[in-house]
Amino acid sequence: MARQARQWKVGAAGIAVLGLTLTACGGAKVGDSGSDSAGGSSGKCGTFNLAVNPWVGYEADAAVVAYVAEQDLKCKVVKKDLKEEIAWQGFGTGEVDAVLENWGHDDLKKKYITDQKTAVDAGPTGNEGLIGWYVPPWLAKAHPDITDWNSLNKYAANFKTSESGGKGQLLDGDPSYVTNDEALVKNLKLDFKVVYAGSETALIQAFRKAEKNKEWVIGYFYEPQWFLSEVPLVKVKLPEYKDGCDADAAKVACDYPVYKLDKIVSAKFAKSGSPAYDLVKNFNWTNDDQNTVAKYIAVDKMTPEAAAKKWVEANRDKVDAWIK
Amino acid sequence: MTVAIEKPEKTGTETVEKTTPVARVRKISRSMVVAGIVVVWLLLFAVLRGKQTLSLAAADLTDLHSWLNDVNDSIGANRNSNPLFIYGFNEIRLVIDNLVTFIQQLISQPSDTHPVPQIGWLGVVGIVGYVSWAVGNWRVALLAVAGFTFLGMQGLWQESMDTLSLTLSAVLVALLFGIPLGVWAGLSGRVNRIVTPFLDFMQTMPTFVYLAPLTLIFLIGGASATIATVIYAAPPAIRITAHAIRSVPETTAEAAASLGATRRQALLKVLLPMSKRTVVMGINQTIMAALAMVTIAALIDAPGLGKTVVQALQSLDVGTAFNAGLAIVVMAIVLDRVTTAASMREELARKSKNRFQSWRRPLLGVGAAATAVLVYLSHTYVWAAEFPGEGGIGSSIASGADTATTWAQDNLSGLTNAFRDAITNGLLNPFQTLLTDSPWWLVGAALVGLGTVLGGWRAGVTTAVCVGLLVGTGVWSDGMTTLASTIVATIMVMVLGIVFGVWMGRSQLVDRVVRPSLDAAQVMPPFVYLVPFLALFGATRFTAIVAAVVYAAPVAMKIIADGVRNVPATTVEAATSAGCNTWQIITKVQLPMARSALTLATNQGLIYVLSMVVVGGLVGAGALGYDVVAGFSQGQLYGKGLAAGLAIVLLGVMFDRITQAAARRTSA
Repeated sequence: MARQARQWKVGAAGIAVLGLTLTACGGAKVGDSGSDSAGGSSGKCGTFNLAVNPWVGYEADAAVVAYVAEQDLKCKVVKKDLKEEIAWQGFGTGEVDAVLENWGHDDLKKKYITDQKTAVDAGPTGNEGLIGWYVPPWLAKAHPDITDWNSLNKYAANFKTSESGGKGQLLDGDPSYVTNDEALVKNLKLDFKVVYAGSETALIQAFRKAEKNKEWVIGYFYEPQWFLSEVPLVKVKLPEYKDGCDADAAKVACDYPVYKLDKIVSAKFAKSGSPAYDLVKNFNWTNDDQNTVAKYIAVDKMTPEAAAKKWVEANRDKVDAWIK
Repeated sequence: MTVAIEKPEKTGTETVEKTTPVARVRKISRSMVVAGIVVVWLLLFAVLRGKQTLSLAAADLTDLHSWLNDVNDSIGANRNSNPLFIYGFNEIRLVIDNLVTFIQQLISQPSDTHPVPQIGWLGVVGIVGYVSWAVGNWRVALLAVAGFTFLGMQGLWQESMDTLSLTLSAVLVALLFGIPLGVWAGLSGRVNRIVTPFLDFMQTMPTFVYLAPLTLIFLIGGASATIATVIYAAPPAIRITAHAIRSVPETTAEAAASLGATRRQALLKVLLPMSKRTVVMGINQTIMAALAMVTIAALIDAPGLGKTVVQALQSLDVGTAFNAGLAIVVMAIVLDRVTTAASMREELARKSKNRFQSWRRPLLGVGAAATAVLVYLSHTYVWAAEFPGEGGIGSSIASGADTATTWAQDNLSGLTNAFRDAITNGLLNPFQTLLTDSPWWLVGAALVGLGTVLGGWRAGVTTAVCVGLLVGTGVWSDGMTTLASTIVATIMVMVLGIVFGVWMGRSQLVDRVVRPSLDAAQVMPPFVYLVPFLALFGATRFTAIVAAVVYAAPVAMKIIADGVRNVPATTVEAATSAGCNTWQIITKVQLPMARSALTLATNQGLIYVLSMVVVGGLVGAGALGYDVVAGFSQGQLYGKGLAAGLAIVLLGVMFDRITQAAARRTSA
């Protein structure tokens, strides 16, 4: 008994010491700084759910729109990292208000805009999407004729890899890309085989390595894309695109169209009267603008917020036109 | 991405093959039969090459795939009118969402009333230290405090706490269902037989397959991420609990019954207390599995470290991805050591001297009070709520990882390419051609034949069913491509496993040095090392194989090391005194006597390799892995992705049954 009592005394002493340190230290208390916007963010904008699809160009769009919505419109922006398919699903369930950079995706438009009527088009972003086949710059310089599809067969053997089964390798990327490449190879009678890298990461790494080590690589790529500011890939000319030449997926033998990238919002959000909707609707910039912000994020390793701040401060006139 | 099908315990106990006298004759004839099957296969392949191969182009669909698409679409279109949703799924979602939000506001996210989490870093570190000490010992408490402080110093405190909240909620839900189910399966053989195939399915089905449907049913956010994690993480808890209950000696249970205990009493007073230690190991496995899901769940917007990894990957920022991956490893090691210590505490306490025991209670009280003070501080003061500093350690880890990767890419690339081409041309391509260019019925017949010879007629029947279903999925050809890579990867896993396993098994020192890096390799999210591997090997099937080997080899090494260590010392001594040199001891004594460990290692190696198929699809492996990823990314390929996922499960079940049956036989 006596021993136990002593232990309790020790314990009590310990607590007392801790209590003293507590009062002695003091310091700033949680919540009493009051300077940040925690209390004042309840403007009429409310919460703005923004989908962020997984590529850096999109992240640049999202960073700038989110920054403007937060700073100028006092919205509470919730960014959600999602793949396209899942982001569109979110329109119907009210979990996503806007998708800022849509590449074609006619199947999704049909499903969610035409059939389910949960989404509406909010106009172009001003970005022009180019899809096509690209080669590293050293290769275009060493063999200038390679940028025309007619001479691809001549070089097919150089593009052989362990994966291409004796033919030249045409590297494709992420499965969510819009692609006709298998049909193109067949219909243009090219001695190539489409090999699926499976992710954008794999594709970029392949091009980066090819430029560095002067290796032969030809593959699917697109603009606008931050990686082009690191390695300016050269586009290969395919037979010219004409309206409707890609109508039958199996018979495509022409280049990809120029995509007018557009914004999609949920039907509910469009009717909500939120200033964030007007911002999304008016949001419009150029490929160069996007590449600049994307480069801040991917190459200079700035946080999306910092990148957006830097660009917005330098382009106040453009931003003011969105929120007028 | 872990598929931890816990079978090590089984193989030793359930071995009832009784054909010892004829074993020698049979063994010879068995290998001859295997050789015969292969020869016939090769002959027919030469004649029938390229016929009836059931190949399907990347964008083509079968009727089954389109039908699965339609089902998916109709779920999405009717989710607001279907009573199953309104009264069922939506309620579940609400409960789980509330749980996740509650834990997040406690430790990771600010709430409306409090601009920082309710408990700041100092409080969390205090609680972690105190709990580790209370359930374990002071050593793991020290490790836990150091580990969690390190997370903060990496500049990843909030991300880590998000990950921890998600892991905790998933583990809570998993245990809530898993433990009772496990107890039931442990008491009733029939329940166990019904549950086992479902558990296999839950563990081998690639997560990518059910991510999209989960968000459709449970919406985007914490609930979906938690449920995805629960599906993957609950099986180990169920399996191990059942195993623990079953392995309580029958005599003990009988003794309890003869003393007049009711079933309920026997369960609560005898069975559960006696199996407690094993059950805690099950909880440990569930925690590890939940942590393995962190990066995958990030694809449906689960907050935390996984998000950092995935985002860094988009700009190929290896350093940042590695830093976050390391945080996951640290958290896993802390949680693993603490739960392991917890499972052994009572035993150790009983052995240690009693003097310390009498101190324990008051000390616990003092600790609790001190922890409460820390929690209060972290709730009230900014310095204790937000982790101080800029996370300088994190940025130096990131730049260190960057430098190391760049060096490896610049200096090893030529070497690695030669190695890749040698393996691809010498091993992978011939295998793949044989599997994909033979008519499907020939491959099927050969598989069934091999399954029967190696695993017995039951395994043969399973193989036949699996082959039939594989054909039915419509992705047979992709399945065979994946199978070829899987076999090559497993061969490499076994080579590494034997080399390192024997080395570790023979030397305690080597074991102690190597084991931590094996643990790390198993927990480090594969996404982290994909970029360096892509730089070294390009976007090829081989890259996928290497990634799978990194992930699967540690398991094989550990199992083989244990097998070698368990060879009786007297046997090795006898061989030494008979004049055997080291090489002879290894090849003539230790390896043959560890044969059952070798088969088990093959089994686990294969299953782990298969669980990496989807990750392989991200780096150029194509085939089933790519199909699954594509199904997750594109609506019209959803059905095909699901079918590809099923095909992976079928391959897993087939090989698991064959290798297990073979293991039972060899250890008999």
